[in-house]
Amino acid sequence: METTSAKPGLFVDAPSVSRRPRWLRGDMAIAVLVLSPSIFAVAVFIYSFIVWSFFISGTKWNSAVVDLSWVGLDNWVNIFTNDRFQTDIRNLVLYAAGFMSQCIVLGFLLAVLLDQKIKSESVFRTIFIFPFAVSGIVTGVVWRWLMRPEAGLNLLFSSVGLDFLKSPWYTDPNWGVVAVSVAGAWQFSGYVMALYLAGLRGISNDIREAALIDGCNTFTLYRRVIVPLLAPVTFTAVVLTGMGSIRVFDLPAVIGTGAAFGTDALAFHMFSLTFTSLRYALGATIACVMIIVSAFLVVPYLRSMAREAEQ
Amino acid sequence: MQAAGLTKRRFLRLAALGTASAFVAAACSPAAPPAATQAPAAAKPTEAPAAAAKPTQPAAAAAGATPTPIGGGKFTAPAVTAPAGYKQATGKLEIFSWWTSGGEVEALDYLYADYRTLNPQSEVINSAITGGTASGGNMKAVLQTRMMGGDAPESFQIHLGHELIDNHVIAGRMEPLDELYASEGWDKVFPKGLIEIASYQGKPWSVPVNIHRANVLWYNKQMFADVGVTEAPKTWDAFFDVGEKLKAKGQPLIGVAESSPGFWAHVTETILISQLGADGYRGLFTGTTKWDDKRVADALNISAKALDYANKDFTSVSWGDINDLMVGGKVASIIQGDWTPGVLWSKGFNDFGWAPAPGNAGIYDMLSDSFGLPMGVKNRDAAINWLKVCGSKHAQEGFNFYKGSIPARTDADFSQYTPYHKDAAKDWSTNQLVPSIVHGAAAKDSFNVDYQTAINVLATKKDVAAAQSALVKAAKDADFRA
Repeated sequence: METTSAKPGLFVDAPSVSRRPRWLRGDMAIAVLVLSPSIFAVAVFIYSFIVWSFFISGTKWNSAVVDLSWVGLDNWVNIFTNDRFQTDIRNLVLYAAGFMSQCIVLGFLLAVLLDQKIKSESVFRTIFIFPFAVSGIVTGVVWRWLMRPEAGLNLLFSSVGLDFLKSPWYTDPNWGVVAVSVAGAWQFSGYVMALYLAGLRGISNDIREAALIDGCNTFTLYRRVIVPLLAPVTFTAVVLTGMGSIRVFDLPAVIGTGAAFGTDALAFHMFSLTFTSLRYALGATIACVMIIVSAFLVVPYLRSMAREAEQ
Repeated sequence: MQAAGLTKRRFLRLAALGTASAFVAAACSPAAPPAATQAPAAAKPTEAPAAAAKPTQPAAAAAGATPTPIGGGKFTAPAVTAPAGYKQATGKLEIFSWWTSGGEVEALDYLYADYRTLNPQSEVINSAITGGTASGGNMKAVLQTRMMGGDAPESFQIHLGHELIDNHVIAGRMEPLDELYASEGWDKVFPKGLIEIASYQGKPWSVPVNIHRANVLWYNKQMFADVGVTEAPKTWDAFFDVGEKLKAKGQPLIGVAESSPGFWAHVTETILISQLGADGYRGLFTGTTKWDDKRVADALNISAKALDYANKDFTSVSWGDINDLMVGGKVASIIQGDWTPGVLWSKGFNDFGWAPAPGNAGIYDMLSDSFGLPMGVKNRDAAINWLKVCGSKHAQEGFNFYKGSIPARTDADFSQYTPYHKDAAKDWSTNQLVPSIVHGAAAKDSFNVDYQTAINVLATKKDVAAAQSALVKAAKDADFRA
């Protein structure tokens, strides 16, 4: 496929391994030494605790008293029949749809605009990527004010006669979570833009020129040549924004869980179950659900990475 | 890298050294996980509903407009003196609390000052953490981690009653305080009803420093007078009549802040009390009153109806903002605890009246902050001396003056207190006491969360039957029995 030949420079090629066995000498020894603390830390603090969480999700530990007696799938049944959890899953789908589409569309458009060899590009690039440097808590506070029904954007709209644009924003029990995704996208689009910009810079001018000589107009150029060439970048963006949707915590924590949990999130529910209700097993069950959902994104990503590395 | 004159190998070596030492440092520091949890806590202070709502009697204030010492006044008392045979403590004393705002800080400092005077050789470490879901959510999360990791602070703030008992006592992480109660004579100066709430298996587990009342109606006298109402309504029907009159003028009757669960659950608690009476309400947590009782349904219906008279944007208002609605004249009343008047006064708003919430006359819906003694603390002598300060008359009189609550002791002197608090003290000694759900006195936290969840959904969906069945399920899960 031509996509591999136009790798946008995001993925570093695996270093060519020489045939001499050098495991304990030279660079390799240092590499092993350098990596071993992180390998150990990841093994202990991530993988062993994933296993531990799955174990806890099968126990009776739902109070301050540690009780590791085995109850099988009771917590899973309990959590899947829980109204707040069901709302959370619905919220996840809506949030992910809103967040991912906004980030990718906006990020791509901004990158294309910046790629037009405009003046003071670096200034705009900095402006667009700035929100990414802001903490999620701050983003949440600002957008909570902006999207307050009696203030902020609504006030702005009515003062310029655009009343039809007024909206209940995050206070809507059904669509509130989409409003929250706007705040998330505001923060993350700049980062996606940077990904796409790197991708666009990696596409050789020869390809564009060839396409134009062959009679492409600009739209067809993007539609048939550029976007397909950027597929790996899009894949990365989908995985990153997807993961961001699953683990979102700060926005609901600041904006509030809304009308009838219309802006709640899995991670926030997990936190309140674990640390407020002291229902450790139920909290662990939600954590496990989040891991499983994440796996649907990460496993294909890792497989494609492995394929890249092979090539 | 090469430009910087570093060869690949040297870079790798340095990196290895750096990573390894950072890792060793991280592994050796037991404080690391709590510190990590603390970060978000510090980052979102003003957002926390209850924690932000309960505090603020900022010491600034419009001193001239304030009719009382709260919000700028100073409590005067002779310095504390040690009783005969007092054993001074040395070393460090670490205290957890969620008291970080104006009024609260002065109150806590008053306790620290008494402790320092009596124990000049001991150093106080104030580990106050603000914010979080429900009262002190962030502090409790950090505390839970420390307690489970066997690294308990010398003492910590906790709501008297089930919050302490179900979170820490039944897990065997606290020491009983019956001997301290006897030696300090507290079993005589704290009301019997209060000691009962503090007790589990016949022993008290924490020392109450204050009493707050949760079921109070605060109303804007001018807005009520404008629709011809001069007295606080005594029943919900009368309350809604006022609401109709205000509605005709486009004014909301009651302020609601439900951007997260909690606030409406608090108000609904007072509605439950009005429908069930003191005994019926207490029975909800001992199994003698069933949650599928018709009177509970009545209460939920009133709760759903009351929202017709609320500020329309209530799902975007957070608990911490509720007083501003009142001060700004945007709502005619709020049902809130008695941490409210200090805040209103401090914001220069004086024209408000107070009364028990409709149907709540003669019943004192109480909550109390208290301090307990964790098992195996590093400096037990200091912890004991701290608890003695918490229970002392001298400390409680000064502490509650700043906190806007009343002392838990029945022998306290109220001469420097506000008219509201003098009223409250009178009611405290004559009324029937019931424990607050939302403020951790009545039931364990897991039930509290379920209850708040059900009422939060009720506030939006107005589905009384669904809310009641959720409460029945929660009560079954909490396994209430006498």
